[in-house]
Amino acid sequence: MIPPMVPQPTRRRFLAGAATAAATGIASPQFLLLTTRPAAATPDSMRQAIKNVVGEARLQKGRVKLDIPALVESGNVVSLAVSVESPMTASDHVKAIHVFNERNPQPNVVGMRLGPRAGRATVSTRIRLADSQTVTAIAELSDGSFWSDSMQVIVTLPACLETL
Amino acid sequence: MARALVNVPANAKRGDIIEIKTLIQHEMESGFRVDNMGKVFPRDIITDFVCKYNGEEIFRAELFPAIAANPFFTFFTRATESGTIIFEWSGDNGFSATESRDITVE
Amino acid sequence: MTLPVISAVLAALLAPELNAAEIPLSDRKSGYEFMGAETRAMQDDDAANPAMLWVLDGENLWRRKQATAQKSCAECHGDAQTGMKGVAARYPAFDPARGRPVNLEERINICRSEQQKATPLPFESKELLALTAYIAAQSRGMPIESKSDEHLAPFLRAGREMFNLRQGQLNLSCSQCHDDNWGGKLAGAPIPQGHPNGYPLYRLEWQTLGSLQRRLRGCLVGMRAESYPLGASEYVNLELYLMWRARGMKIETPAVRP
Repeated sequence: MIPPMVPQPTRRRFLAGAATAAATGIASPQFLLLTTRPAAATPDSMRQAIKNVVGEARLQKGRVKLDIPALVESGNVVSLAVSVESPMTASDHVKAIHVFNERNPQPNVVGMRLGPRAGRATVSTRIRLADSQTVTAIAELSDGSFWSDSMQVIVTLPACLETL
Repeated sequence: MARALVNVPANAKRGDIIEIKTLIQHEMESGFRVDNMGKVFPRDIITDFVCKYNGEEIFRAELFPAIAANPFFTFFTRATESGTIIFEWSGDNGFSATESRDITVE
Repeated sequence: MTLPVISAVLAALLAPELNAAEIPLSDRKSGYEFMGAETRAMQDDDAANPAMLWVLDGENLWRRKQATAQKSCAECHGDAQTGMKGVAARYPAFDPARGRPVNLEERINICRSEQQKATPLPFESKELLALTAYIAAQSRGMPIESKSDEHLAPFLRAGREMFNLRQGQLNLSCSQCHDDNWGGKLAGAPIPQGHPNGYPLYRLEWQTLGSLQRRLRGCLVGMRAESYPLGASEYVNLELYLMWRARGMKIETPAVRP
């Protein structure tokens, strides 16, 4: 299933904008044009995306280590590693690792499912960062607890919003 | 089929924790790029990656446009028995790719 | 004429243009040394280097029978690991039939049309990049050869002149950044010395593999200068000069750069 091109926050803002414009009787074609571009994620939408995963459970700091350079050479390719302290046994292991961002067009980066067979709860990948921002990694453990780590990253060349 | 590069040790001792590296050729068009006329390049990404060891899932990833082009993942697994490790990628526009490696576990 | 004598003659031919700006041979550094640790790690690990995807494709193409003549590269040249070893280290090379230097991409296309009776591959196409990367990778670790063919002298001079020519709206020459200001910063990014010892390479900004020509065109556009069409001899002359400027440095193909 391909998610809609325009993420939810934009649609809400568009509707609010249209309602306001209608109410005040101001025709605002420029405003409408702006809202057709995808809105950037915000700390709020990142919080919401995290809530979708964590639910009402408490998000605790610790046990997770997010390895990402503090200053990246290119926002197009940023190496990222996540390690979680865990014995990785059947009764005590990491079920999943999720990564979120706050300034890309949308807040989700990747969701990875592990399990006791992993032996070690360490994963790495390469991501895109559109701007300098906070990246957050969340580990979901077999006992239902959630642990997180965040890093502030400075990006000198943005990725997603680059035009040709 | 898209070119993939997977790295799995050919041999391991039972119980060893081995590292697996995977790389696949894919542009991962984010769906957020626009051309000079303001027209969006449609999204075209890999959305799912699954790794199975003798049929049992040992790693799964759900990818979003924020994953860089030519998606790269490394992860670990315990070498439990000899057999075949299969890698499957799927995504937008019916994208599908598979790789497999045999492993001998003593 | 012996080899050292010929090299000396070439060096002498260029001597009048030698200015204080040229980087002393012992001060030369690969672009690798200007990169961050993570990017270097990407290049160092063949299992993690995205450029290897193209090298693997190139290996396939090397063995594939081509068009009319139904000949693969392997049939004439054998195993690339032996047959192509050292080739990239001595290109661009003088082509007597054409009376000018040709680069590796052109050489591949010459083989394709003349030996394999196949259509030349378009510049910057996936196939040509893959084949070039695969062939050039066979010289990885080898030093770039000093140009010793005296036929190359006028083209080397033309390449050098272009490198020192102030161009475009910014009125900048390549030399001003890459000879005079290497190590400094431009828009937050370090300025390398501009040695093409890793091409074709995976550039993080492109998110794909690209040729030296692509990079040169990008530089010219960045300088707000007019770029030449793909395949122009100006690029080959410049490549020739750049490879001479990088003589002795190790080939890193397939490299990764920011």
